[in-house]
Amino acid sequence: MKTILEGSQACAEAVRLARVQVVSAYPITPQTHIVEELAKFCSDGSLNGRFLCVESEHSAMAAVIGAAAGGVRTFTASSSQGLALMHEMLHWAAGGRLPIVMAEVNRALGPGWNLWADQTDSLAQRDTGWIQLYCADGQEVLDTTLQAYRLAEAVNLPVMVILDAFFLSHTWEPVDLPAQEEVDQFLPPYAPRFRMDTDHPQSLHGVAPIGVYMEMRRSMQLAMEAVPELLERIEEEFFARFGRRYGPVEPYLCDDADVILVTSGTAAGTARVVVDQLRAEGQKAGLLRIRMFRPFPVRSVHEVLKSALKVAVLDRNCSFGAGGIFASELRSALQGGNPVPVYSYIAGLGGRDITVETIRDCFALTRGTDRPAIESVWLGVKEELLK
Amino acid sequence: MFNYESYLRLDKFPLIWCSGCGDGIVLKSMIRAIDKLGLSKDDVCMVSGIGCSSRLTGYVDFNTLHTTHGRALTFATGIKMAKPRLHVIVVTGDGDATAIGGNHYIHAARRNIDITVILFNNFIYGMTGGQVSPCTPKGKRASTAPYGNFENAFNISGLAQAAGASFVARATVYNAVQLEKLIQRAIERKGFSLVEVLSPCPTAYGRRNREGTPVDMILQQKETTVSVAAAEKMSAEELEGKIITGVLTDVERPECREEYQKLIDSFRKEG
Repeated sequence: MKTILEGSQACAEAVRLARVQVVSAYPITPQTHIVEELAKFCSDGSLNGRFLCVESEHSAMAAVIGAAAGGVRTFTASSSQGLALMHEMLHWAAGGRLPIVMAEVNRALGPGWNLWADQTDSLAQRDTGWIQLYCADGQEVLDTTLQAYRLAEAVNLPVMVILDAFFLSHTWEPVDLPAQEEVDQFLPPYAPRFRMDTDHPQSLHGVAPIGVYMEMRRSMQLAMEAVPELLERIEEEFFARFGRRYGPVEPYLCDDADVILVTSGTAAGTARVVVDQLRAEGQKAGLLRIRMFRPFPVRSVHEVLKSALKVAVLDRNCSFGAGGIFASELRSALQGGNPVPVYSYIAGLGGRDITVETIRDCFALTRGTDRPAIESVWLGVKEELLK
Repeated sequence: MFNYESYLRLDKFPLIWCSGCGDGIVLKSMIRAIDKLGLSKDDVCMVSGIGCSSRLTGYVDFNTLHTTHGRALTFATGIKMAKPRLHVIVVTGDGDATAIGGNHYIHAARRNIDITVILFNNFIYGMTGGQVSPCTPKGKRASTAPYGNFENAFNISGLAQAAGASFVARATVYNAVQLEKLIQRAIERKGFSLVEVLSPCPTAYGRRNREGTPVDMILQQKETTVSVAAAEKMSAEELEGKIITGVLTDVERPECREEYQKLIDSFRKEG
């Protein structure tokens, strides 16, 4: 059924359709619409789940870890400072091999309090053992959330479904809302591989001596390595049922492109417009949107970028001292593949608009420069404020 | 006419607070109290967390620090240790201080460190749009409790009393004169001092709970509160549903930093 939904609502609807049993959250803008909707669903019975309004994000994640260890399907959502506060528990959820799904609304970190879009919050959690999927529109948020449960429960790793603050979380778009019966067939009830079971008591999350810890971590890495193939299988099934698929990366006019722009999230929508413009002007421009950041889709990027002459990466994030995070990841992923030069750009931090002009600048600078600068190039910075 | 302007950063105006919000009354009462005490603006350090009330530090011309959600008291503890001569005043709300910062709140009171806390209790997370807080009364509605809150609420002042604070008082924005006096006494009292102020939130709480106009909500404070003196003469039955205002605790207790100094001094004498 086609309907008009806010990005946050698309997420909440997916959680309802996934028949999640425990939701726990703490308020933080711009995530609140998701959990307010879920609080309503849990109260009015449209979702047979329990909503826990806890005292912090740390507690929110701890509560869903407890619930997931009890063997039920769980969900939480956060943003920015809230996600940063969860950090300890993010490691715990992944190390505990619990298939928790959370929505993370990308928002800038303080100080310099700022409510707007910036990916540094989720990217700072890249080493916690969570699968990370970055969405570009409301439909994708809904679909990705449903796929996330299949993925999480298959590999016993938690999944972060990531959406840009306001540009996606607060934007209303037409969304195809699947029927409950269809979703039930795609996503059967959660059958935990292990759980607290009073008939078969066991000790969860205990001490791991030197003799086993490394194997536990190796097992997490192997689970991550299995994700790309698994996602493909899940997406095939999803496509057969719902007619939509996204892939770990989404290439647009890349086959014959000499310069390919790599980006993620909602900036990709604007980039697509620019690629169309440049094509009309006779340039062989292409776009590669990275949807799956963890595990990093190394094989997919090799494949798409194999014949490009130059690659420009547009990051709405920064690892201070290193630069754009997608660019660094891409550079290391490209080792052993096409030795294509990677031009790194940073724009749009703290919600500053990434416009058609910003992206045209990326293409023009990349085309007009012989070799990439060592440091990321920042676009749209008011130099007078730095004096 | 009292001149507030010398205490304000007028370039930060207009305020974020909605019309009818009680927080402005607390701001003005606080400024009057500080003025009466004759404190130099440079000797006051105001620290806040996150929430509507915590935006106050942006508007006042003291040394100010806007910190993370719930942690204002921990930042303030550090400031007091580093710069003991400063009058450290923490501005916080019910969500900030008793949910995410609940642990710091009881521990600062337990240490009885010389910090004044002005806690704006509006029963809700106002800034994020009205989610249920640990102080939302049972049965009241919030965006995350759309059919009524089923949990028990905290007694904020009671927590500080039980944890060992030197000074605990509860006030309303209805009685702004009393509020000003209580803030004054709280700053004067050495040790952890709390003034819990009931500050109505017509936008996120009142509207959802059909509490009437902002004026109705302030008048309601008059009807639902009783003074400590009056409460002493009332039976438990009569006190049902009433909120006690005034000074709840005012005692001289060993202050954290001074106790620490005594310990250090004891070694120095021996050496």
